[in-house]
Amino acid sequence: MAWIALGVVALGVATALVLTAFNKNLVFFFTPSQVAANEAPVGRTFRIGGMVVPGSVKREGVEVRFVVTDTAKSMPVVYRGQLPDLFREGKGVVAQGQLGADGVFAAREVLAKHDENYMPPDAAHALEQAKKAQKTIQAR
Amino acid sequence: MIPELGQFALALALAVAVVQAVLPIAGAAKGNAAWMAVARPAAQAQALLVAFAFGCLTYAFVANDFSVAYVAAHSNSALPLHYRIAGVWGGHEGSLLLWALMLGVWMTAASVFSSHLPDEMTARVLGVMGVVSAGFLAFMLFTSNPFDRQFPPAMDGRDLNPLLQDPGMVLHPPMLYMGYVGFSVAYAFAVSALLSGKLDAAWARWSRPWTTVAWMFLTVGIALGSGWAYYELGWGGWWFWDPVENASFMPWLVGTTLIHSLAVTEKRGGFRSWTVLLAIVAFGLSLLGTFLVRSGVLTSVHAFAVDPRRGVFILGIFTVLIGGALVLYAWRTSRIGLGGDFAPVSRESFLLANNVLLAAAAGAVFLGTLYPLVIDALGAGKLSVGPPYFETVFVPLMAPALFLMGVGPLARWKHASIPELAVLLRWALAVSLAVGLLLPLAFGRWHALTGFALALAIWIVAAALISLKKRPRGSRAHLGMVVAHIGVAVFVVGVTLVKTYESDKDLRMKPGDSVFLAGYVFRLDEVGNVKGPNYVAARARISVTKSGEPVTVMYPEKRLYVVQNMPMTEAAIDPGPTRDLYVSLGDPFEDGAWLVKVQHKPFVDWIWGGCLIMALGGLLAASDRRYRVPLPLRARAQVA
Repeated sequence: MAWIALGVVALGVATALVLTAFNKNLVFFFTPSQVAANEAPVGRTFRIGGMVVPGSVKREGVEVRFVVTDTAKSMPVVYRGQLPDLFREGKGVVAQGQLGADGVFAAREVLAKHDENYMPPDAAHALEQAKKAQKTIQAR
Repeated sequence: MIPELGQFALALALAVAVVQAVLPIAGAAKGNAAWMAVARPAAQAQALLVAFAFGCLTYAFVANDFSVAYVAAHSNSALPLHYRIAGVWGGHEGSLLLWALMLGVWMTAASVFSSHLPDEMTARVLGVMGVVSAGFLAFMLFTSNPFDRQFPPAMDGRDLNPLLQDPGMVLHPPMLYMGYVGFSVAYAFAVSALLSGKLDAAWARWSRPWTTVAWMFLTVGIALGSGWAYYELGWGGWWFWDPVENASFMPWLVGTTLIHSLAVTEKRGGFRSWTVLLAIVAFGLSLLGTFLVRSGVLTSVHAFAVDPRRGVFILGIFTVLIGGALVLYAWRTSRIGLGGDFAPVSRESFLLANNVLLAAAAGAVFLGTLYPLVIDALGAGKLSVGPPYFETVFVPLMAPALFLMGVGPLARWKHASIPELAVLLRWALAVSLAVGLLLPLAFGRWHALTGFALALAIWIVAAALISLKKRPRGSRAHLGMVVAHIGVAVFVVGVTLVKTYESDKDLRMKPGDSVFLAGYVFRLDEVGNVKGPNYVAARARISVTKSGEPVTVMYPEKRLYVVQNMPMTEAAIDPGPTRDLYVSLGDPFEDGAWLVKVQHKPFVDWIWGGCLIMALGGLLAASDRRYRVPLPLRARAQVA
């Protein structure tokens, strides 16, 4: 009996542990429009996605700055290090990091999937959302 | 013509599979020996037909037959021959065919090595595998036919994804699939036991070698995939907790659980229902892994909208194979019984704890992998689960499991004594604590978690050696267990040291510049151009010295694969038993400088070395004599 009780307690602890870790590490996705509308959390890691604005990529040593847009709103991003092979101006990109107080998104990770024709699904989603939003505005 | 022959062979194979799925099982139920006798020849004929179809597709790749849509999508005339052959499993349709081929291999093996099994058992096992095979062949023929022609034929192929043009990727899918499909044997044994209502030690003894061999292949497959990611993706990570990786890790975790649970079922007749459930779940997760990776669900949950038939078919296969087995389980499990009793401190208890921990780990991975997909499918938002989640969960779950790996093998069955264990293990404890305290100092920086993990690794090795000393003439299975556990320890050392002490630098370098990292000086000598069979590349020459002595010269490349216009970072690695040096080339600057990333990765090769040692342990265990000799008469009488 004591053995079963111990098992139940252990299971409870394990579940609590898993769920807490899970909650802490959920990384939500926001489009540049949502970030502009202050929907994104400050001081928590999240993902943004969209298209790299052509001509916006600037390298300063190992630091690189670029602008991500969903065609409605844009936001500046800064990243240190090597960009993935398929990162290109005018192509889809997803970045994970935190929003700085200066409004610049400090990316810790830049994901551009490995396929020439392929748009990361999250980036495509952002563009789609922006398009929909614009249509509703025009309809009004 | 050849592709049509292949397709015809597949259709015939499906017909044979249906016969194999129906007659032997019905025969076993009715006691009809003639129907049961169909199982073996049907399994072998089916394997031959699928192998023939596979040969036809391979021929289409070798002969550059771009009128076959699948070949045109995954090959190119400039592609070297060995990558054209690997292209056969470079996409969805071909990998299904590879899956079916592997199933054929396992079915043939099961039909050949089952002479010591009762006829009903063989008939049921092969019949259940026939059901699996029929499902896959139908899925392939009706929704994902690799032999579909296109008109007009393509002038040339769209080339194999450059990332897959690598020796590791040639071997990774076949190994992984051998593992996935191998669990179908354990699954078939489990379902047969449920059908017959008989599950005893003999059943567990038959299931064990199959499970172990499947697990061994899966281990090698995952290690190859991880190694590939390390050197091919160009930035030196070796595990990303990416859904694709998790998809193969879940069946591995449950398979490992199953191996340990089967040990109890064989030796003590315990954990019976649990073992059967694990066998079903391990195969279910293998199916999930195959479909998750290959159906495009991970790219987008809406991928099925493109071809809804695929989604429906996959759901159907799942419902029949896993749902059916679970229903059967719920209905029949009371007949199988729970098994023998044991004391709170006994080898059974330790194995039970191991099972709970491993199953919890598998559950945690499942949650982290599938939750974002479910949320997305429900349209409730887009999110991902970060690697810190998996790391936070794994450390506390695996630490006690590693500790138990030292205790469990030395504990007695049924009733063990803690004082006795303490005496046996006192030196192991002392040595591991000392190493945990002191070894990190040798690396220059002490870190509590690092010391703890190293102590656990030494603890496992020391306990393994003690158990060898205690049983110097132990069986091959025992030796295999010891070796596999040492493999885990080696793996833990690799992970711990690379995680704690790795270092890297991103910097802008011009030819002539040098950078200092972890005692090594990397000097960029020059950057030139080279041309490969289907790519052009910039290649840097970097000489590495340590205290003035030359160590090596490294040639990282930045390639451009011309057909797909796809750039690729080809890192240069100087491997070594205690460290890898890793250099990759980033983008060029206008003034002739390059972005260069240099990394020092201590003991990283131990990660894959540990996996290979684990697999070797599996091989040793599965080759134990007792799995090959027929059962003694007494045990036979029990089964009959």
